Amino acid sequence: MRVAILVFPGSNCDRDMMVAVEKITGRRPALVWHKDSQMDPVDLIILPGGFSFGDYLRCGALAARTPVVEAMLDHASRGGAVLGVCNGFQILLETGLLPGTLIRNERLKFVCRSVNLQLQPDHGSPLLSTLDPGHSLTIPIAHNEGNYFAQEDDLEMLKQNGQIAFKYTASPAFGPDNPNGATDDIAGILSSNGRVLGMMPHPERAIGNGHPSSDGKLLLRAILQGVA
Amino acid sequence: MLENTEMRFADAEAMGLSHDEWLLILKRLDRTPNLCELGIFSAMWSEHCSYKSSKKWLKTLPTTGPQVIQGPGENAGVVDIGDGLATVFKIESHNHPSYIEPYQGAATGVGGILRDVFTMGARPIALLNALRFGEEDHQKTKHLVSGVTAGIGGYGNCIGIPTVGGEVNFHKSYNGNILVNAMAVGLAHADRIFYSAANGAGNPVIYVGAKTGRDGIHGATMASTEFSDETESKRPTVQVGDPFTGKLLMEACLELMAAEAVLSIQDMGAAGLTSSSVEMASKGGLGMEIDLDLVPVRETQMSAYEIMLSESQERMLMVIDPDQAETARAIFDRWDLDFMPIGRVTDTQRLVLLKDGGVACDIPLAPLVDDAPEYDRPYRPNELQPVLTSGSLICDFPVKDALIKLMSSADLASRRWIYEQYDSDVMADTLAASGGDAALVRVHGTNKALAISTDCTPRYVEADPFEGGAQAVAEAWRNICATGAKPLGVTNNLNFGNPEKQDIMAQIVGAINGMGKACKVLDTPVVSGNVSLYNETDSMAIQPCPVIGMVGLIDEWETAVGIGFTSVGEAIFVIGQPADCADGWLGNSVFAKLVAGREGGAPPPVDLDAEKAHGQFVREQIVLGQIKAAHDISDGGLLVALAEMALSGNLGADINIPESDTLLAWAFGEDQARFLVQVEDAVKFQALLDEHNLKGHQIGTTKDSQILTVGPDVTISLEEIRQCYESKLPEMMA
Repeated sequence: MRVAILVFPGSNCDRDMMVAVEKITGRRPALVWHKDSQMDPVDLIILPGGFSFGDYLRCGALAARTPVVEAMLDHASRGGAVLGVCNGFQILLETGLLPGTLIRNERLKFVCRSVNLQLQPDHGSPLLSTLDPGHSLTIPIAHNEGNYFAQEDDLEMLKQNGQIAFKYTASPAFGPDNPNGATDDIAGILSSNGRVLGMMPHPERAIGNGHPSSDGKLLLRAILQGVA
Repeated sequence: MLENTEMRFADAEAMGLSHDEWLLILKRLDRTPNLCELGIFSAMWSEHCSYKSSKKWLKTLPTTGPQVIQGPGENAGVVDIGDGLATVFKIESHNHPSYIEPYQGAATGVGGILRDVFTMGARPIALLNALRFGEEDHQKTKHLVSGVTAGIGGYGNCIGIPTVGGEVNFHKSYNGNILVNAMAVGLAHADRIFYSAANGAGNPVIYVGAKTGRDGIHGATMASTEFSDETESKRPTVQVGDPFTGKLLMEACLELMAAEAVLSIQDMGAAGLTSSSVEMASKGGLGMEIDLDLVPVRETQMSAYEIMLSESQERMLMVIDPDQAETARAIFDRWDLDFMPIGRVTDTQRLVLLKDGGVACDIPLAPLVDDAPEYDRPYRPNELQPVLTSGSLICDFPVKDALIKLMSSADLASRRWIYEQYDSDVMADTLAASGGDAALVRVHGTNKALAISTDCTPRYVEADPFEGGAQAVAEAWRNICATGAKPLGVTNNLNFGNPEKQDIMAQIVGAINGMGKACKVLDTPVVSGNVSLYNETDSMAIQPCPVIGMVGLIDEWETAVGIGFTSVGEAIFVIGQPADCADGWLGNSVFAKLVAGREGGAPPPVDLDAEKAHGQFVREQIVLGQIKAAHDISDGGLLVALAEMALSGNLGADINIPESDTLLAWAFGEDQARFLVQVEDAVKFQALLDEHNLKGHQIGTTKDSQILTVGPDVTISLEEIRQCYESKLPEMMA
């Protein structure tokens, strides 16, 4: 299992993701700097959370135009697996690899807390195939621009093709829930081939060992099994 | 004004210098200073940089101990945490800028304190904030809370350091002068700490980070005067933060330090290039020569005065090993940051600044630092406030209504609206963030964790500065002990009014004395700190607020506990209170203010020996696994603490109450040195208390219900408490 984590100057979850992946695979993933245009072949590329280039412009807009993202797009065009978390999800949308956009949270405030996610039973992704359909996961979010928005025809396409991976759902602990105003409570989506996943919640912050939940570990393990 | 124009006293006065100070400058220089030189003197001799009113008293604080690697005087304090590691921490105020421009003021406060920590060679791992705002219905409060919260989050979230705790309160004395104190905690190798003293005459002086602009010019001086109605006009003296550049600078500096290229380093904080160059050179007993034409600037035509006094953010000054210059440059290139040799270390003990082919400044360093004025300001304490008896404060008010009123007040309600705007989880080592007694952050890759808390009860300090100063330390001590961690040291942020007024100076003296005594008894030396005076608007002083930031260590994080009840049918003990207690100290309590409508009165006395004994006992029993949940009793008293434990654990409890005419005082009194704990085996725990000769007894049992039952007649549903506890701030901020 070869995993690469892309590092932009303002990435701040790269180490956390590296620790989480290493905990699961026993092997330290490669950290690849944004100025690198060459990348050794890998099974999974992860775009971590953070503020890639400060995100003073549209989140992820500058990162989407870096050499390392060109290399990532090559990897994806060959059917390679990609996971984008939070800022990584924003970057994937900016590249056009996934449809739609993430706008400011409905309440115009940064929000950091745990949420409940429902795995959508009709997803067609090999990355998530080892998880029970309808599985519910508790994973934290931390973002200011996580309000998913897409044109109606894009939304229709996502639904038809089973490209919606996760929705925010209510839970006894966190109450009725859509933390950011996302259309249809969407928390994560897939590419049409099911091999590119973008999601707002941070699985690397829910790997047990002092974290309130270990559902993120469950999810990452499933993804790592799915690409193998 | 021309650079070479000779200054007069009027110019010095406009920069905040007194006539005596002006005469002293003339004497030390043996000539009249020019604008740039006068600016440098006024910044270095400002209250903010020189501590001239407080120094005499700060020297009395205990600052040493076997755990202390570096005490006050550097960018931050350093404390040993074993296994070759050290924690580096400091708290600093950004009060004045945050009132003028809340978002940028708060954001740059966070940026500044982070630089203080990573300058020492430490990677920051946690941020906390102690905030004070005006009354909840004051016209500016909402705007200020909203802006400060967003600014703190804006910087911390982006740079990727978790904001894990702090405290917020509201009082009318802060209507025109809010307090924004930011604390940062970092982690370093104990043998790889970096200091600011310049070394090696001839070595290059390097400027790194963001470019210098005209923002924040003379900010340190602004922070050393009172506010007036015209304060809004000072908006241009507030700096603008850039957390992305802050992140680049942090990573580049840590990388450079790991490469062993740095000889000494100092961040450009208050008074920018002035204080960094003067402090580095004077601490090294050397001199410095800087060519200001080489300083990276982002505006044209900047004068020597402007370059030296700019407080543009995200900048550092360092002396590097000349053999490592290329390695260093390559690191900064990789992070796309300016890396500019702007001068050299000299052995002249003078600061020489070159500009446009001439000498813009040539002054001896000694007067700037060593001869900086130190005042023994006269002080006259206000009369101590009377002790208010329970009888004078108790009215015919049902216990349940009182609890609801307290829990839904701005003083005690949930701070969730604020802390959910902070990324508390980034770095993935946060074990407990806001909402408990102390935050708990794992020492990355180990079983250890640091417990961190900030505390102060300004109304106590106002009523009795000595007791209030001691109480701030005692409460922080309890908060750390309640997690199971051993307190190691403190940083303090002394926020007061105008020290030239005798009653304010008496508050400063009293609070420092109380704080010093407590730190001594509890063995928590002061390793760093900050003083913010002149917190007044139109001559109205704030409630004095000497904030304590305390750091503790627990060896096995898995043994730590939180405040929430964890299991059903277990005993709830109160520690520090005799079994026959039927009264409580209501004077100056939250209850007295909200229910009896009476502020002031003598605060509850602090018994430091009892604090020490109770705190140590709780900590030891937590680590031994005897205590499953623990919470210190402070604002709001015993019943509020119980309600917080129930809400946090989402479990109800049955509470026994004494036969008493002063039940409200028993329930809401704020007597110190007390804890509530949940234990599995009541008999065994009582025996432990007796064995240790400590007061304490079982007052209730946790229950598998959503109800708090207080005595035979009172039942309160957790849902009802939660509703008002959680909705207060969102409603206030809506």
